[in-house]
Amino acid sequence: MWDYSDKVVDHFLNPRNVGEIAEPDGAGEVGSLACGDALKLTFKLGPDGRIADARFKTFGCASAISSSSALTEMIRGMTVEEAERVSNRDIADYLGGLPEQKMHCSVMGREALEVAIANYRGEGDGKKRQLEGEVVCHCFGVTRKDIERVVRENRLSKIEEVTHYCKAGGGCESCHDEIETIIDQVRGAADVAEAPPAPAKKRLTNIQKIRLVEETIEREIRPRLRLDGGDIELLDVDGNRVIVAMRGNCANCLTAKFTLKETVEAPLREFVSEDLVVVQEDNDS
Amino acid sequence: MNVYLDNNATTAVAPEVTEAMMPFFRDRWGNPSSMHRFGGSVAHEVEVARERVAALLGAHPNEIVFTSCGTESDNAAIRGALARLPDRRHIVTTKVEHPAVRTTCRWLRGQGCPLTELGVDSKGRLDLDDLAAAITDNTAIVSVMWANNETGAIFPVERIAEICKSKGVLFHCDAVQVAGKIPIDLSRTRVDLLAISGHKLHAPKGVGVLYIRRGTKVSPLIMGGHQERGRRAGTENVPYIVGLGRACELAMETMAEENVRVRAMRDRLEAGLLERCPGAVVNGDPAHRLPNTTNVSFEYVEGEAILLLMDQVGIAASSGSACTSGSLEPSHVLRAMGVPFTCAHGSIRFSLSRYNTEAEVDYTLEQIPRVIHRLREISPYVTSERSNASRAQAGA
Repeated sequence: MWDYSDKVVDHFLNPRNVGEIAEPDGAGEVGSLACGDALKLTFKLGPDGRIADARFKTFGCASAISSSSALTEMIRGMTVEEAERVSNRDIADYLGGLPEQKMHCSVMGREALEVAIANYRGEGDGKKRQLEGEVVCHCFGVTRKDIERVVRENRLSKIEEVTHYCKAGGGCESCHDEIETIIDQVRGAADVAEAPPAPAKKRLTNIQKIRLVEETIEREIRPRLRLDGGDIELLDVDGNRVIVAMRGNCANCLTAKFTLKETVEAPLREFVSEDLVVVQEDNDS
Repeated sequence: MNVYLDNNATTAVAPEVTEAMMPFFRDRWGNPSSMHRFGGSVAHEVEVARERVAALLGAHPNEIVFTSCGTESDNAAIRGALARLPDRRHIVTTKVEHPAVRTTCRWLRGQGCPLTELGVDSKGRLDLDDLAAAITDNTAIVSVMWANNETGAIFPVERIAEICKSKGVLFHCDAVQVAGKIPIDLSRTRVDLLAISGHKLHAPKGVGVLYIRRGTKVSPLIMGGHQERGRRAGTENVPYIVGLGRACELAMETMAEENVRVRAMRDRLEAGLLERCPGAVVNGDPAHRLPNTTNVSFEYVEGEAILLLMDQVGIAASSGSACTSGSLEPSHVLRAMGVPFTCAHGSIRFSLSRYNTEAEVDYTLEQIPRVIHRLREISPYVTSERSNASRAQAGA
């Protein structure tokens, strides 16, 4: 049995705003019987330009029904511009979280809202979501744009997560390589955007290299080790060999070897030079 | 009222079974292999249980090997048989097997064993000509379930056994859903290997049986001591083996009842659901089916939602819907049968046992139409006419 939050159960057993508005200002319909869930969202604006009424009809599991119900509650009273900013995460958070495998229910809510808003603005017929651009997952009709968006907005890094959030890759699995490429592209772009200006990986002089190693340890590595009560000391840089000593908890840690590779060597290779090898000081000599 | 209609998932442990097991948790804790009085009398009880299991299956006690569960028995049969046939690698099975067989066969395919998975028709039936044609000189083993756990469809095991025998290949049968429900007579049905599971016939979880026909060579999956005549090492799970023996004895006494009273309740439940829930259809082969199982699809509503609302009124069943398993696609059995998606996502399996009552069937027939109606009112695929029809039927 799923571990649903009390709020999910409440919205499933007592769904709010079930129905369809007769002459809506915006209507959005997403999903299909084949996919196992579908949602029709309609809304009407009040004289103040805010959403006065929002109603849903949903075919799907408990979390699909709860997500739809929550969505209608959330957007009531919002302006269209405010509603436009509601993300799938907001819906999940409103419900006190959703099981990871059910996150696609919150994405379906956000998608229906998007279609309904587009319909309100006179774009699209509100009946069906236009598949924009290249379809990557043919089993569930998920486009590159859809996948890029869930990866970006929910900081996903695994194919499995992408499947949980938008179903892509959950059928025949033949699109898994493509999804992986999309994740890499989106994550790559995000890293560039978030990271401080990346040092050009040109040939470095020895002094430059040592400085960069020090900076990277300070910025990327030491904070992570300290979280676990450990520390690191840079002893020497000899050609492409970086010699370090692990301190604190890291010194006696059974997984220190793993830490060295994952937490120390990987960022140094990324930010300094790809041919760096990190070695621990030799205690015996 | 609490109504348990999920007996293909697991069954209540019969009170007689619990009672039979208790002494082996208290005073009779000896190891059956021991050369002293603590072990000796216990060893005797294990052999009594073996005889009772053999009697239910129409087998010789020497052909009965106790295991930890049905899945272990399936693994031991298929992998153990292949290990003794190094010159033959091909496996023939079906697309509707339980994961115990399906996943094992697919793993073996990854290990270099060619695999044929036979399809089924819309009622879940196998084409035996296809089966015969699939067997080649390289075929080591054919593995087909006796009855399907989701639809209850019964396969023509006698004829499959004949085909396998005439072609000189081993036949393993996953009979987990059949034991105790319909007669099995292995003295007449030439199955080489057969798996059953205790908790499907009112024994507890944690005990199963692998039947190995005399003369069939199988390498043990679990190695170690000489227990079970070297065919399954590990100290015998005495209380559970004794419990399973008692459950088999009870099954022989109650099987006639199961086939009459339980079947009648199942039929009444099914007919009532079809009548009271417009857009409900039965999946599977009504003519060849376990007496306790019905698989009904309710159009335009989703299985997990149905189950959770049923749970609210105390009724327990299962669904082939994608959402209940956490996967995105509905049951592999229903897909293999080509059940349309409009139905597959809303499929519910009701499986009864001799512990169900007519009053429970009445209660279920009263509650389920309300549940379906409630979800259809939320469903975007249900027009107002359909909704009115289902409201009228639900008496809501």
